[in-house]
Amino acid sequence: MIFTLLFIDLGRKVLSFMYFFGGLASLSIQTVYQTFKPPYKFDHIIEQSKKAGYDSLPIVSVVSLFIGFIFALQFGYFMQRIGSEMYIASLVALAIVRELGPVITALIVAGRVGAANTAELGSMQVTEQIDALETLATNPVKYLVVPRFVALSIMLPLLTLFANIIGIIGSYFICVVKLGITSNMYMNMTFSALLYKDLFTGLFKAWIFGMVIALVSCYEGFNVAGGAVGVGRATTRSVVFSFLMIIAADCLFTALFYFIFP
Amino acid sequence: MIEIQKLSKRFNNNLVLNELSLNVQTGQTCVIIGRSGCGKSVLLKHIVGLLIPDSGKVLVEGKDVAGLKELELVALRAKISMVFQGGALFDSMDVSENVGFSLLEHTQMSKKEITARVEESLSLVGLGGIGNLMPSELSGGMKKRVALARAICIRPGIILYDEPTTGVVPITADSINTLIRSLHDKLKVTSLVVTHDMKSAYHIADKIAMMYKGRIILEGAPKQIQEAHDPVVHQFINGLSKGPITEAVGIVK
Repeated sequence: MIFTLLFIDLGRKVLSFMYFFGGLASLSIQTVYQTFKPPYKFDHIIEQSKKAGYDSLPIVSVVSLFIGFIFALQFGYFMQRIGSEMYIASLVALAIVRELGPVITALIVAGRVGAANTAELGSMQVTEQIDALETLATNPVKYLVVPRFVALSIMLPLLTLFANIIGIIGSYFICVVKLGITSNMYMNMTFSALLYKDLFTGLFKAWIFGMVIALVSCYEGFNVAGGAVGVGRATTRSVVFSFLMIIAADCLFTALFYFIFP
Repeated sequence: MIEIQKLSKRFNNNLVLNELSLNVQTGQTCVIIGRSGCGKSVLLKHIVGLLIPDSGKVLVEGKDVAGLKELELVALRAKISMVFQGGALFDSMDVSENVGFSLLEHTQMSKKEITARVEESLSLVGLGGIGNLMPSELSGGMKKRVALARAICIRPGIILYDEPTTGVVPITADSINTLIRSLHDKLKVTSLVVTHDMKSAYHIADKIAMMYKGRIILEGAPKQIQEAHDPVVHQFINGLSKGPITEAVGIVK
């Protein structure tokens, strides 16, 4: 009996998961199609870029600075023991540019911008504003999703680039002030370790993460049902699914790049 | 003209529309009455193409709404306006932007012309000069009237009203009814009004259709509905707590 119930529950979860991916795929196709179809809403894209990019700068700066501090100290703990402090700069630069910069920035933006997107579109859904848009002969995907999709796919790589610089500055501060590495040595070790492909793969992943956040958050917003409680539930789902998909996509692309650019 | 032919719609196990048929002539005001949750709003959403029927057809000006391509649907929607129950005003825009939304998005009209049309539409609903207010600063009745102004701003041929007087004080309800009637007289629009407010129905209707269990069970002029002997219609229009409607849903046993 218990096994039957567990099996039914599992079946429901699998169906719900497939329904989610089906809906997300459908929204993705519509969004890409509408993105390239004129007219282009540049003013909406600029407005969303400000919300997603410029307004996220303070939190991204603070977190990236702390990540730089933390990694310099953690690497320093071990590297000092084996007398290789000079490699801390290289390790921190690679870790931040290839992995931490894109992922941490994406998680911050998913929590900050993705949640706001879902809550905003969800509230519009429950108050019939999205239906009203359609009756006013306006495609909701074109009007609401495309500006967010374009803004996030442009802003996330830019924010990541910014986060990389701030993270490296944080690490520089700890290494030079606390661990006794000279400024010149730090800069040399950082730039000699970094290759263009490290920067490219990190920014490429950020671009993918930006699209994932936009699509998941808008999909959840469009599918809100059940009033204020539904908006809350959808916002939670949006953040959780965005986190999961960011980590999954990160894993996939890291493995892919490992084999493409060994 | 709106022709609804054997329209059926099911949500999960709930058959909301059951082979419903109804015709609304050009220039006519048809009021659909029925208890809450009987599918009146679902019917309106089919007319404007927000929902796709499981079976049956909705023909607007002879065109099957569900069979229209994207551009054809956009062209049709440019001729139909819908006034939503809660107004559905865009919270991020002020009243002027809400009312002039369609003109700004879909026409080549200059800003000056749009401003003039918006002010004219707001004046028609008795709200001239409030264009700078945000929807959050409006009362429930004002929101409904702004929604009405948004609906008439594009000079539509058909206006669909979803519970236009629900949740507003009787004086505002009466002014909304008068407004719907005067819009019908002045602009000669075809109107389909969904309501369960009988006073409103008698005031504005050329024809009243009673919806029950997913079908139209009776339609006719207001006087014919008032004199109907059907027990369901009789219970509904007289607002009686005992009768076939409440017995069917288990409210009274």
